[in-house]
Amino acid sequence: MVNEWIYAGAFYGLAALTLLSAAGVVFLKDIVHSALLLAASFIGVAGIYVLLNADFLAAVQVLIYGGAVAILIAFGVMLTRRPHMKETNANNRWVVWGAFTAAFTFAICGWAIAFTQFKPIDATPAQVTAIDGIATQLLGDFVVPFEAAALLLTVALIGAIILAKGAKEA
Amino acid sequence: MTDQNIFMAISAFLRSFLGPLLGNDLTDMVMYGAGLLGVIIFIFTNAVILVLMERKVAAFMQSRLGPNRVGPWGLLQTVADTLKLLVKEDYKPHKVDTWVWALGPALLFIPAIGAYAVIPFDYQAVPVDLNIGIFYFIAISSLSTLPFLMAGWGSNNKYSLIGGMRSVAQMISYEVPLIFSLIGVIMLVGSLQMSAIVEAQHRIWFVFLQPVAFVIYVIAATAETNRTPFDLVECEGEIIAGPFTEYSGMRWAMFFLAEYANLVAVSAIATTLFLGGWQPLPLPGALGDLMAFIPGWAWFAAKTYFMIFLFMWFRWTFPRFRVDQLMAFGWKVLIPLSLANILVTGVGIYLYRMAIGG
Repeated sequence: MVNEWIYAGAFYGLAALTLLSAAGVVFLKDIVHSALLLAASFIGVAGIYVLLNADFLAAVQVLIYGGAVAILIAFGVMLTRRPHMKETNANNRWVVWGAFTAAFTFAICGWAIAFTQFKPIDATPAQVTAIDGIATQLLGDFVVPFEAAALLLTVALIGAIILAKGAKEA
Repeated sequence: MTDQNIFMAISAFLRSFLGPLLGNDLTDMVMYGAGLLGVIIFIFTNAVILVLMERKVAAFMQSRLGPNRVGPWGLLQTVADTLKLLVKEDYKPHKVDTWVWALGPALLFIPAIGAYAVIPFDYQAVPVDLNIGIFYFIAISSLSTLPFLMAGWGSNNKYSLIGGMRSVAQMISYEVPLIFSLIGVIMLVGSLQMSAIVEAQHRIWFVFLQPVAFVIYVIAATAETNRTPFDLVECEGEIIAGPFTEYSGMRWAMFFLAEYANLVAVSAIATTLFLGGWQPLPLPGALGDLMAFIPGWAWFAAKTYFMIFLFMWFRWTFPRFRVDQLMAFGWKVLIPLSLANILVTGVGIYLYRMAIGG
């Protein structure tokens, strides 16, 4: 009983954190504030993964998305050349079209949710040792594609560095 | 190996006391709270010790006088320092980005405390024994870049901003060799669980099997905690105190508490992964029995403090890097070296399996 209350409280707290900071990302005018709230939103999602017993996914979410926001801010600060940071998030002139698209998307999602027949499933909990499966799949059965992807990314990285430095220097 | 230790005794005592009063669910909650409180007390106690220890080690290394006036052997110096910080004026500079500036030092504390959740202090004395333990530690410690950047950005000061930017560049670059150096150990154990990693070092500590990884880890961890010779984030000759410039009193103290909390955390991780954690020194015969008589938490504390002493030794002996040298060293030396270590470890495991006929 107590556990359920705590679980519900944690879920609503995290959901509020995620949604409110996501709204802040869109509505705030300062690009650094937006990026910081984006990090808060990502961490909220990671918290929801923890509530769903998906520890590995939560850690990946924090490591990859949460950590990357720092780089995003660094780029945001370096690339925006405005005298005041208060207006670095550009205004959109197509507010009406945006609102229309959002309402349309929302209507489709609502329609889909309302008319789907949700079936109750067997409540078997997810495997606690999911990470063992990930490890054997990634480093055993699919090790060659995994390595190929890694190599491809390295090549792309080196290519990007050469392009950025300029062909003459490289 | 003792099945009973001081942590389990305390926990059993608390449970026997609370269980009849509160029922099972609430007792579990209270126990989690007690664990968190224990970790926070642990961090603050260590910070108090380290503030004094840093100066004593500095005095010892550079043959000068350390704190010796306040109390016996200067032991009360930390008390004086704390009082000074608490009564300092809490000023707010003009035109700072208020929320970002004020939240920076407070948020820096969250990853610092969170990292302690998976550290095994003794046999079965892990706050949360996640089966992705070391991965959790890496993920949570990757978050500590953001508060530095927030402090640097929010302070409305170009030196602070440069400091914040440098912390991003440095911490992200050195996170790669740090993680790669841990992979060698993970390959040997075949598990990310902290308790399993400690158990696997029953016969031999991984510092002997993975010496290169250990050296890479120590270097990268020094850079991650922004300590000399990698303290370009705050080096006084170039950018004053970097992200901390515009903070005073308790806000400033938060940065130092977090730095010491991180220092203890990386030392504890080094202990767990390379120095056998709470396991006693594996000696043969009666000497081994004598070693096993010393409790696990004492081994853990001794090894952790040995690592902390090592980091302080670095701080007062090595000259500071230049910023381009720092990046070049990270990317051109440490990362290839750590990749080579992974390759050699893989080949070694393969050959070992062939040799024992697996």
